[in-house]
Amino acid sequence: MADVDHAQAELQEIEAAQQDGHGGHPSVKQYIRIGLILAVLTSMEVAAKYANLGSATLIVTLLALAAIKFALVVLYFMHLKFDDRRFARFFLMGLAGATTLFLIVLITFKVFQR
Amino acid sequence: MADVIADQHAPAAKAEEHATTTGLPSTKLAMWIFLASECLLFGALITTYLLYRGASKVGPYPNDVFDIPYTSVSSFVLLASSLTMVLAVAAAQKADLIRMRIWLLVTALLGMTFVGGQVYEFTSFSNEGLKLGTNLFGTTFYVLTGFHGLHVTVGIIMLLTLTSFSQAGRLPDDQGFSVEMVGLYWHFVDIVWIVIFAVVYLIPTGPPGGK
Repeated sequence: MADVDHAQAELQEIEAAQQDGHGGHPSVKQYIRIGLILAVLTSMEVAAKYANLGSATLIVTLLALAAIKFALVVLYFMHLKFDDRRFARFFLMGLAGATTLFLIVLITFKVFQR
Repeated sequence: MADVIADQHAPAAKAEEHATTTGLPSTKLAMWIFLASECLLFGALITTYLLYRGASKVGPYPNDVFDIPYTSVSSFVLLASSLTMVLAVAAAQKADLIRMRIWLLVTALLGMTFVGGQVYEFTSFSNEGLKLGTNLFGTTFYVLTGFHGLHVTVGIIMLLTLTSFSQAGRLPDDQGFSVEMVGLYWHFVDIVWIVIFAVVYLIPTGPPGGK
């Protein structure tokens, strides 16, 4: 939990620096901080695997951590947060389309009821 | 705010911006559309894996072959390569070509480490009896992770080509844009692995043979 708070504080610091006019893309130090946050989140994933969590809790935890990592890379490393919003729209169209389509397939075949 | 920042910090794209009707660099737009289409490709492969999860009638099953600590190290390596890639982009945008080439080479090296690890993992699984046609797990696992490994390999070739072109002075003056495009592809390969690592390796599979 403290790690997540720390990660949120780091991200707020990066956003504050951008609003102060310190640059649109994060600085090298900020990239390294984001890299460290990603490493911490990966460690948390592996730790969760070995913790005695219930199956449902484990799945939700792992998917949530993966989603945070995914978002950090797309927003900060791929600069989607700072680039023209039309790039984000195109990418999200593909991502949302794929997610919706394949969720329908998985639900149809009752994968979540196994 | 993001739009203003984007305008201030896209010098690499400026030259192309004026030449397109959208005002966006066409190469970058094409790359994002390509990545969106790749979401469908990997979405299909991950869905197929999930559909047949736990449906194998014979072993080996995931729990028999997976070595989570080993794959975790591979994941850290690929994450580290995303960091070095973004550092290469940052260096290119500052026209620091020496640092840019160093980071590109480090990224390629980390990518090769990842692919090498995957080859070792596949060999090890094969020795334990899990081949492409052994069971549904083998088929869906090898196709999914094999396609990902293929993408990483293509990324490595792109990185090495970019470095050698930059060294030979065959890239346009604005090298930052070319590096950024390869960077987008590389980061995409990383985010696909983020999903594969969680969904395939870490989420527990049901009982062997269970539907």
